[in-house]
Amino acid sequence: MSRFGNIFYLCLLFGVLWGAIWTTLITLLALFVSGELFQPQVSAGAIAGLISACALTALAPEKRTIGLRALCVSLFVLILIVASGANPLGLPMSVYSVGQCIFTVMLAWIVVQAIHLTAMGFGPTRERRYNVEVICLRFLKGFGLVGFTIAVALPFFVMVMMSLKNQQLLLSNPLDFSLNFAQGGQALFRSYIELFTQYHFGSYLLNSAMVSVVTVLITLFFAVPGAYAVARLRFPGQYFLSRSILLIYMVPMIVLVIPLYAIFSQLGMRNTLWGLMLVYPATTIPVALYMLQGYFRGIPAELEEAGLMDGLSRINVIRKITLPLALPALASVALYVFMIAWNEFLFAFMFLDNVDLYTLSRGIAELNSSEVPRQHLMAGAVIATVPVLALFLWFERYLVAGLTAGSVKG
Amino acid sequence: MSTEPTPPKGLGPLAKREMRFAYMLLLPTFLIVLSVVLFPLLANIWISFKPVTLGDLRAPSILVNERLIGNVEASGDEADIRYRIRNSSRKSDIAAVSMTDDLPATLDVLGYDDRCTLEDTVLACELGDYEAGKREDIIVRVTATQAFIDSPINVKDTKAAFNFIPENVLLSNDLTLDNFRKVFDASDFWPVLWASLYYTIGGTVGALVMGLFAAQLMNMTFRGRSFLRGLYLSPYVAPVIAVALAWVLLLDPGPGGTLNALLIQLGVIEGPINFLGQRVAEISIFGLSFDFPVALTVVIIFEIWRYFPLAMLFILARIQSVSTDIYEAAEIDGATPIQQFRFISLPQLMGIMAVLFLLRFIWTFNKFDDIFLLTGGAAGTRTLTVNVYEQAFAVSNLGAGAAVAVVVFLILLAFSVIFFKFSPEDDA
Repeated sequence: MSRFGNIFYLCLLFGVLWGAIWTTLITLLALFVSGELFQPQVSAGAIAGLISACALTALAPEKRTIGLRALCVSLFVLILIVASGANPLGLPMSVYSVGQCIFTVMLAWIVVQAIHLTAMGFGPTRERRYNVEVICLRFLKGFGLVGFTIAVALPFFVMVMMSLKNQQLLLSNPLDFSLNFAQGGQALFRSYIELFTQYHFGSYLLNSAMVSVVTVLITLFFAVPGAYAVARLRFPGQYFLSRSILLIYMVPMIVLVIPLYAIFSQLGMRNTLWGLMLVYPATTIPVALYMLQGYFRGIPAELEEAGLMDGLSRINVIRKITLPLALPALASVALYVFMIAWNEFLFAFMFLDNVDLYTLSRGIAELNSSEVPRQHLMAGAVIATVPVLALFLWFERYLVAGLTAGSVKG
Repeated sequence: MSTEPTPPKGLGPLAKREMRFAYMLLLPTFLIVLSVVLFPLLANIWISFKPVTLGDLRAPSILVNERLIGNVEASGDEADIRYRIRNSSRKSDIAAVSMTDDLPATLDVLGYDDRCTLEDTVLACELGDYEAGKREDIIVRVTATQAFIDSPINVKDTKAAFNFIPENVLLSNDLTLDNFRKVFDASDFWPVLWASLYYTIGGTVGALVMGLFAAQLMNMTFRGRSFLRGLYLSPYVAPVIAVALAWVLLLDPGPGGTLNALLIQLGVIEGPINFLGQRVAEISIFGLSFDFPVALTVVIIFEIWRYFPLAMLFILARIQSVSTDIYEAAEIDGATPIQQFRFISLPQLMGIMAVLFLLRFIWTFNKFDDIFLLTGGAAGTRTLTVNVYEQAFAVSNLGAGAAVAVVVFLILLAFSVIFFKFSPEDDA
């Protein structure tokens, strides 16, 4: 009697939802890629999802072989075409035919796979609350992954795509992100080439790199001894310092900007890179010191004591024992500080007036006017983003460990 | 005369040496933080009590115009060398002005101002103080010699040199409460404060909740997880100006705005929405209509988008440090996944969530760049920090900007005191 139970009905529901969601997403993807104004056939997708889910999950889990899933895929395609009046993506099949076929099959395959993964291991029977929650959470997590990925990636996608197109095309059809590779690399990357040849982006890049690297060096040079003192040495005020150093990081930059602007203006340090190289470390040293002292505490003191017993001076103990052991922490702090300095906008914007001294952030702010075409603006944004993102992803493991080690204990 | 041994008082020589060494290691940090953070903080309070505008930062100086007045056509003709001297600033005084000038040797000096002395051809004058806007003429009466007629010399050729002490507007004792009066009397003070709080609370809570959700997702094992984790972290890592401008173009209400075109294509909306330019939209639910702050909400969504990765990172690290035994035990006891999350994960995460809330709350309150780049403070998104910039650099009244900055700092101080009073001791 209880051949079909709550799990089956849930699977049907998820079939409807996955069908509707993926139909929308894949149709939009097709729209972006081709520039043809496709319309998502949401209800047709939902019906197709319902029937495919019905066909797939009515069977026991071990019977859902690859062959059966392929059958469900073709079922989905068939129903989608029928329910949408032979316009699976909202336009007649004569438009962009090959692409439509590919996207439709892709859509069907993704929906069936999504239903399969959601229902994996469960027959269409009645189950207890535990398994109902499991299957619901599976859907929720899948939905979350899709949602987060799109929300995070969309602005970056738009950034990159806009930088490769030209303003006229963008204004006439803002959803057309198809790239014309036939025009050759020179034309495709024209915005980038113009930024470097006409807008001094080469020098901005160099300035940004120099300011960031110098900031990292100064920060480490100041913060390493300080962190060592706070972590290892005993002195009056140690407890207070280790607790309050992070408070400096709470001081809003905007509160510092007026006095620093006034004082630097009068001292003639405002429109210089040196001014930035003084301000940036001051804001990063406290947090670097905090992160490093957390790591130094984790290094066994016995190692250093052994060094001291063998006649090394304190300085040499730091140099030869502590620092090599703290290398991962140093790397992550360096990366974090680099990121802060590279991305800093407020002080660069307030301090720099001279085009030769612009950092990337300042240079892009200059592009943000109606006279400069959008693709240049977005190309500038890509140029600023790529180095820091690449560096970060490359060293991500270190950074994550270092960022969280200082504050998360236990 | 007892010689009973007593425990040593104070620090021993070794401890003293350690202390000195520690202070030496901390000295550079201390100096730079003192000069670039703490001193400006105090300077900001000082500036907030001063009537200073952006233009006043240029120090006043002495301007001079030197001319020979009168017709000199023959030997013995008399004329005046006139120095027209003025203080360039209408607001600041200049103290102890002195002038020296080399007069042409071919002119005979008949008389000069009694504040001046003449040695050979060098005229030196002690002109005293020049208050703001003061101008005066110094006249030197001369007669021309034949040599001058033969080869006339322009008196301007030898420039008059000045020595003076300009008043520094930042150092004067001219104090006022006008800046604070202006800040508190402004009609938009309360809306600005309200927008700040709405932004701060919305941004903080949103980023935490989204971070918690994303951390749950990243705690699963699946193929491509590390790629997705890198992707999810990128809003936090990318330069603020790059992502903010990408959002501005994405949300553009004009032709070329991707999101509006997308929503219209999907049939969700009929006309484009000015996401970053519309102050309020009237929304009615169940007959109740209320004003929904559009631009402010979009700015908050941007804040959540940019900072959920940080919360995700910390929460994920905490989740992965919880031992799996507890979950296994709960599993055996028949706890469902939601119960496990509610009764095991969440309590364990409360500590780090509280710390993150505290940090993010303060940082969001401090945030300036994001709103400035997205809306420039228009359409009801002007928070206190944007107001600092607006007053100091857009209206160019440094004093008023500093006064707003002081208000920001005081509110922050109040928050910190409250937080540290109520936050659990063992975290942070």
